Amino acid sequence: MSILINRDTRVLVQGITGREGEFHTRQMIDYGTKVVAGVRPGKGGTEVAGVPVFDTVKDGVRQTGADASVIFVPKQGAADAVLEAADSGLGVVVCLTDGVPINDMVRAVEFVKTTNTVLIGPNCPGLITVDECKIGFMPGNIVKRGPVGLISRSGTLTYEIVDALSRAGLGQTTCVGIGGDPVLGTRFVELLPLFEQDPETKVIVLVGEIGGTDEEDAAEYIRQMTKPVVGFISGRTAPPGKRMGHAGAIVSGGKGTAQAKVAALTAAGVPVAESTHEIPGLVQRALAS
Amino acid sequence: MKIHEYQAKQILRKYGVPTTEGEVATTPAEARQVAARIGKPVAVKAQVHVGGRGKAGGIKVAQTPEEAERAAQQILGMDIKGLTVEKVLVEEAVEIRAEYYLGVTLDRAARKNVVMVSSVGGIDIEEVAASTPEKIARVHVYPGLGLTEFQITEVCFGAGLDPGAMDAARQFLRALYQAYIALDCSLAEINPLALLADGRLIAADAKINIDDNALFRHREFDALKEESEEDPIEAEAHRRGLQYVRLGGAVGIIGNGAGLVMGTLDEVKRAGGTPANFLDIGGGAQAEMVRNAMEVVLSDPNVKGVFFNIFGGITRGDEVARGIVEGLRTLNMKVPLVVRLTGTNEAEGIAILQQNGITALNRMEEAARKIVELVAS
Repeated sequence: MSILINRDTRVLVQGITGREGEFHTRQMIDYGTKVVAGVRPGKGGTEVAGVPVFDTVKDGVRQTGADASVIFVPKQGAADAVLEAADSGLGVVVCLTDGVPINDMVRAVEFVKTTNTVLIGPNCPGLITVDECKIGFMPGNIVKRGPVGLISRSGTLTYEIVDALSRAGLGQTTCVGIGGDPVLGTRFVELLPLFEQDPETKVIVLVGEIGGTDEEDAAEYIRQMTKPVVGFISGRTAPPGKRMGHAGAIVSGGKGTAQAKVAALTAAGVPVAESTHEIPGLVQRALAS
Repeated sequence: MKIHEYQAKQILRKYGVPTTEGEVATTPAEARQVAARIGKPVAVKAQVHVGGRGKAGGIKVAQTPEEAERAAQQILGMDIKGLTVEKVLVEEAVEIRAEYYLGVTLDRAARKNVVMVSSVGGIDIEEVAASTPEKIARVHVYPGLGLTEFQITEVCFGAGLDPGAMDAARQFLRALYQAYIALDCSLAEINPLALLADGRLIAADAKINIDDNALFRHREFDALKEESEEDPIEAEAHRRGLQYVRLGGAVGIIGNGAGLVMGTLDEVKRAGGTPANFLDIGGGAQAEMVRNAMEVVLSDPNVKGVFFNIFGGITRGDEVARGIVEGLRTLNMKVPLVVRLTGTNEAEGIAILQQNGITALNRMEEAARKIVELVAS
């Protein structure tokens, strides 16, 4: 078992004809993902990496039965691509694009809430259900099947942690990069219940960072969970008022500090690693208890 | 992006928001000329991108042009929370009967914009927000609808504004919200919104932050963007499309992905080093971007060593390696370099580095210890 996506997930790629869209379509196919359709207005009827291309998402869904999409569309059109995907009835929509204007996402998220679509991102690396399906650009060679569910606000830091877990023999069910923007389709609190209900997941690793209060909200939810959670917060040494790359990673008005997040998680009984390489040890201990 | 009060007021006036009138001055003599033109008592106000300037002595009232000149002399060059004052706004001093607060910003937890109104505005609004939050009326804007009339009613009455000022306050909120959306603001704040002795409402101060993600569709802010930069190396990095924050330490850090770079800063600090900067080359960076990143980091004279931490996903190891080799060839680098490279196209990248005499490390904590050691020796 796993969450959100599995070997039956049929993926449509929005923006398949771009450099990144094409490269990662091939990577996803190599991993074993069923990529069934691509979309690029004006390129309908062509093929990319052996995948048929359509002018609209609805055409692609109608003709291929796609039930998930991944968005490689540039920031100017990314929010509109989210709207199109949600309006086409897709179950899971993964927006990888970074730099999407925040008010565009405020509107898009509000619309997505009126549909049955689960939006992951924007500004995220996507997700992977080990040995079954990868959507996005997490490197497939670092994951390994096992009992750990992972949720992270970061991209590359997620790879770092997944790699450390796999090397320690701690495989994963599903790894989800939820994105580094202030307005996200899915937050920790929406994913934790899915892992709580997934029988194969035995422990959850939550990777947060400075900015906002999503980690504090997650800590509140974790109090009622039966499965153990291990935490990590990046940006402990970041100075206030400086945006650390991610639009969401900023300590402002005394809110969003790493210290407050570590304290909230600790108070909820979550062991929080000081450094990424401590995470496997904490996970092992959580599994043993 | 932060902009100055005088710039925010210029922008808001275009949206029909009444503000105090004045002009910006960069020398005491200019301040005197502006005060003479206004012909009334003036306020001389420091233009810096931090709050708390009033309490720091950055605002003075002057009765005559001579007094305005002296006030400007005192304020220009003043250091407010680490920033040097280079401009003052000289504007008509107004007689204020009450100070209100109006603000629009993103509420991250609600994933909606929130409009806030308070009848106790002024310099202590943060204290009000912390100790008596009930004195700030709030309403979340439905993104599809925009700010509605009934919501304006709710916040204005909720805040207990002077009944005589109600119509003007409503118009203020409409205009402020319109500007907030049209300009892709992440904050639009009027504090104080001044109720004058003659009954008029006027923006006595204004603060606007623009969402950096939306700057691509606001070319009108290009000039302001240049000016909003406070650090020359940061300015150069941003011109080259790099996410760079200067931090003042000795270890130059370059990585791919904000989270990993933040994690790298933490790791270098744990190993006993001091990060010189945050630099994210972004997802899918090409070799030239990597070379540019090296050039920017090395332009900081404090940098005593450079640490590359790359975990490839959308970024490819071979591209990064080519950029590093190109950087070494063209930049005359005199400080030690440690490269940690893994992930997508890792083998290709490591091969390119090896052909050029660079051994890449595989583990972040090991690489962090190595660069801290090299910088210390």
